[in-house]
Amino acid sequence: MSKEAIVQVRDLVTYYGKRQILKGVNLDIYRGEILVILGRSGCGKSTLLRHLIGLLKPTSGQILIKGQDITTMNEDEMREILKKIGMLFQGAALFNSMTVGENVALPLREHTQLEDSTIQIMTRIKLDLVGLSGFENFKPSQLSGGMKKRAGLARALAMDPEILFCDEPSAGLDPVVAMGIDQLILKLKNAFKMTIVVVTHELASVFTIADRIAMLHEGEIIFQGTPEEIKKSEHPVVQQFLNREADDVEPDREKYLSSLVKP
Amino acid sequence: MGRIQRFLSALGQPTIYALVHLHRLNRLGMETLRWIFIEPFRGRKIRWRSVIEQSVRVGWQSIPIVGIISFFVGLILAMQSAYQLEPFGATIYVANLVAVSLTRELGPLLTAIIITGRFGSAIAAEIGTMKVGEEIDALKTMGLNPVSFLVVPRFLALIIMLPALTLISDFLGILGAYLFSISALDISSIRFINQTINALVLRDIVTGLIKSGVFAVIIASIGSYEGFIVEGGAEGVGKSTTNSVVVSIFLIITADVVFTALFYSTL
Repeated sequence: MSKEAIVQVRDLVTYYGKRQILKGVNLDIYRGEILVILGRSGCGKSTLLRHLIGLLKPTSGQILIKGQDITTMNEDEMREILKKIGMLFQGAALFNSMTVGENVALPLREHTQLEDSTIQIMTRIKLDLVGLSGFENFKPSQLSGGMKKRAGLARALAMDPEILFCDEPSAGLDPVVAMGIDQLILKLKNAFKMTIVVVTHELASVFTIADRIAMLHEGEIIFQGTPEEIKKSEHPVVQQFLNREADDVEPDREKYLSSLVKP
Repeated sequence: MGRIQRFLSALGQPTIYALVHLHRLNRLGMETLRWIFIEPFRGRKIRWRSVIEQSVRVGWQSIPIVGIISFFVGLILAMQSAYQLEPFGATIYVANLVAVSLTRELGPLLTAIIITGRFGSAIAAEIGTMKVGEEIDALKTMGLNPVSFLVVPRFLALIIMLPALTLISDFLGILGAYLFSISALDISSIRFINQTINALVLRDIVTGLIKSGVFAVIIASIGSYEGFIVEGGAEGVGKSTTNSVVVSIFLIITADVVFTALFYSTL
């Protein structure tokens, strides 16, 4: 695999109010790989993702996509970058007022001068790709959770992006459907050489798809490496996560009882 | 000391909130104006198809409710003023009273309040639901500006349709008074019409329409603003929707006072 970094994150620091969410994140994402950003709920992984697609601006630090810093871009420059990026949201985020077909066609209608008939064909191709042929005229509310994700993926792929970001692609899906999504993601990488960044905490899916894993903990990257390497890692937090151990909460009965008596 | 401090903080906190909201509302307004007046010249066109779709919703589909309510209000106004004018044998002035008060005041106000309930709340609920469902974020990551995509069409639809509905309201209100007068007051049809035409000057209708334009701006901005600040799921959407109606109606009446005073003093 060529080691060309398509996304570079440099010393990314961000605050929500006074709380520091990201504490100097450094991360390279290479062309053609599937990078999984792993971490517990609330570790800042969704925040990191939202920075990568330009929805949030960091307090300090840089995010370079194909060598251009998106943190200092104006709206017009950002629009050009966004055309090369696809994003699959956790809840698919389909526009409920439009049909599935219109959802997929929207980016094409807005960003290209293509004829309507061409757009229709392209929409159909994208829906075929995710296994939703024939669902163009359904409303999102008529689809199941897994189908919504697929439709969201078709929309993310509409502009043939170079980089695809996925936020918890298998969240809320049964294992069979989740596996289907994982395989779809692998297919995209192999067939289209797409760079894919997946944020998740589902271990099963991580080891199916990941080329490389970056683990985020309390706003810092504590591990980067291949799936084999993470299994050998001796970092306690990584170990705890992989072995699914609960946090130690010492049940101090004395203290608990006395806290009930004395408010 | 403690009491003074508490008093000041009780005073300061809401003031700061109000200023923050005002600042953000202003920013949304500026952004909207930019997408209407500046961006079209930079090749980013207004979505006229969307404007028409929204106009059908706010305008065409509101005609029945606006029409019926205005007709009834005209009828009520005629009956109430006839009750006052009858002892003086001046029932013919029902025509003047109804025509002037409807065109200058009640037509624009009633229409605005109905449309706040019908459309202002819908704007807040739609945009709020989209915000909660990450649809606004999805728009942004597709390189589509939510203001241009969602706010501008609704804004333009309201600016065009609210004055149009106001005219319909004026007409149907007067029709209500007319039907009452010719049937119950022994005023001939032609006399009522003549009296109305003489009573009305263009100015009455125009000031009413200016008001309704201002009301349209209020409904559109408050509706969209409340939509964009939604947080916390379905409950947040409900809260913002309610707020959008309450705040819009409050601002509409406030603006009405100001404009009426202005038109009155420059009579």
